[in-house]
Amino acid sequence: MLKIENLHVRVEDKPILKGISLHIKPGEVHAIMGPNGSGKSTLSHVLAGRDGYEVTAGTVIYKGKNLLDMPPEERAREGVFLAFQYPVEIPGVSNVYLLKAALNAVRKHRGLPELDAFDFLQMIKAKTKLVEMDEKFLYRAVNEGFSGGEKKRNEILQMAVLEPSLCILDETDSGLDIDALKIVSDGVNSLRSADRSFILVTHYQRLLDYIKPDQVHVLAQGRIVKTGDASLALELEERGYGWIDQTMGEAA
Amino acid sequence: MSATSYIERYQSIADELPGYNLPWLNAVRQLALGSFESTGFPSPREEEWKYTNVTALEKKLFAPSSISTSSTIDKEWLETHKLADTWTLVLVDGYFDPKLSDLVGLTDKVIATGIAEALQSHPHRVKALLGTTLEKESHGFLAFNTAYFSDGAFIDIPADVILKKPLQILHISTRNEALANTRSLVGLGRNAEAKLIETFIGLPNISYLTAAVTEIHLTENAALDHYKLQVETDKAYHFGGVYVKQDKTSRFYQHNLSFGGLLARNEIHAELATAAECEMNGLFLAKNRQHVDNHTLIHHVEPHGISRETYRGVLADRARGVFQGRIVVHPQAQKTSAEMNNRNLLLSEDAEIDAKPQLEILADDVKCSHGVAVGQLDSESIFYLVSRGVDRETAKNMLTFAFANEMVEKIGLESLRTKVQDHLLNIFPQTGIRRDWL
Repeated sequence: MLKIENLHVRVEDKPILKGISLHIKPGEVHAIMGPNGSGKSTLSHVLAGRDGYEVTAGTVIYKGKNLLDMPPEERAREGVFLAFQYPVEIPGVSNVYLLKAALNAVRKHRGLPELDAFDFLQMIKAKTKLVEMDEKFLYRAVNEGFSGGEKKRNEILQMAVLEPSLCILDETDSGLDIDALKIVSDGVNSLRSADRSFILVTHYQRLLDYIKPDQVHVLAQGRIVKTGDASLALELEERGYGWIDQTMGEAA
Repeated sequence: MSATSYIERYQSIADELPGYNLPWLNAVRQLALGSFESTGFPSPREEEWKYTNVTALEKKLFAPSSISTSSTIDKEWLETHKLADTWTLVLVDGYFDPKLSDLVGLTDKVIATGIAEALQSHPHRVKALLGTTLEKESHGFLAFNTAYFSDGAFIDIPADVILKKPLQILHISTRNEALANTRSLVGLGRNAEAKLIETFIGLPNISYLTAAVTEIHLTENAALDHYKLQVETDKAYHFGGVYVKQDKTSRFYQHNLSFGGLLARNEIHAELATAAECEMNGLFLAKNRQHVDNHTLIHHVEPHGISRETYRGVLADRARGVFQGRIVVHPQAQKTSAEMNNRNLLLSEDAEIDAKPQLEILADDVKCSHGVAVGQLDSESIFYLVSRGVDRETAKNMLTFAFANEMVEKIGLESLRTKVQDHLLNIFPQTGIRRDWL
């Protein structure tokens, strides 16, 4: 699904990622953990194609294609989805309009016809149930006046509608209370399948109680310093990120 | 500044103007002419005209039409600009055209006709309304308009009448290099209620000047929704002024939608008596080399008045926009509540906006606020849409449309709202925005 090799990224001349390598197979869930400023969000943004990040070395191959060559809209159409840490409020654009525009762009790219109004509505209504969202949210402006939890559920709704192959969740758990976290996690779990992979970027182990990762990577100072299974997250939770710094100190 | 050529040209038709035989009106016209002779059209040296230069008008000579030249108007074209389910008053090149108008079913308590006609049938009503809103106003366009208006709409709605359908005044220009110079008068009696739409259009590709002044007097507790839709041709010059006198507890809700014209100046002024309410919503869009100027003025002269003003501008290419919004709270106007907000979106490096909000508060117990913002499309929002598979151009158009459409959504009248959305989509034809998805 995704092969990242030796990825180096700079933001305004400041190196942020210093040689990341990561292989993700179809159906796998990888958690990326790390302290603030370790480069977690940079990695998600670079994969989604946000401006302002300069790749100075390394490659990212997604489904056999060079991901870094594609503009962000093409990545989305090819099945890469980023759930934002801070979903943007877009006054004047309704949720349902964005979903139609996005879904049809994606379907067109895949050579599928547009859904007619009836089928679209049926489909959307089914998906809103998945994230326990009231249908009236469909007709509200994208994220405008939504609570933190509603915004994150809206991200998962978009994900469910667009049916991506690679889902990147950037600190989706931040700012969620336990009920919202459960709804979001249930939504994600229901989307897990043998041909869909996930990257969960998170600061805390808490999310991983609900979504069980196949692998956990610890990112520090722009490098993956430790990789393990789900138990690594528990160990981190117990010993804190200080333990990682210590390990790195010893290695240096 | 001189406007000699205009005076020479228009003096030659002075005795064809309506009310020529009425001494009181002649006196009013003479006074205005004297003022126009000394000032000419407004100059950028005047503070209120600082950002809009109309000297080009004096280099041209937009000539008056005459009533006999009634052009044949393509009915189908006209229909596309008429709103469904309204009574219509049609003004062609500055003259009321009863044949194109449609007032069937309008109660006979209401007078709705042309000014020339009303000067014959109801001269005292015209005299009572003419000039009542212009006591605090003076500039060259108004003087010129008073001196030489050729006709206009006259709408007089007596006390307690609530109109079942909206009224639409269609201002149509059909002749190249011509000037339609109209004065319309609208009076609402006590507790009367109405909706009025003024639409400004011209035949494709012609260059002309519209000078339209509308005076509105709302008597105690009357309520008027007033919509102005300015979609003149891209070679047209437009001066349109709406001046409102609001008696106590009257309500005036205005929507100023300015999309057309090479150079357009919209003035919307209101004076509020005790506990009167005024809402001014504006949306102006300009592209290429269009220039659009919005000049609003709200006088709170008595206590407990409420005014809410929201203007948005979208400027593309080398277009230039102006927002001059002034609110004056007079010493007696305690407990006034006034809010003004203006936001502008610049879509190109070469687009320009002059935004000048002015709040003059001369009373001490009031609640007033104002805010102005000028910006570009938000890159975070663009990325958010693009990351969902929408291409960049469409994402930008979606955001632009959304910014404008938020003002359109405030239009209560559905038939007009739809029409305005169509205009929006036509202005940005590359939108990629799907009508059927809205």
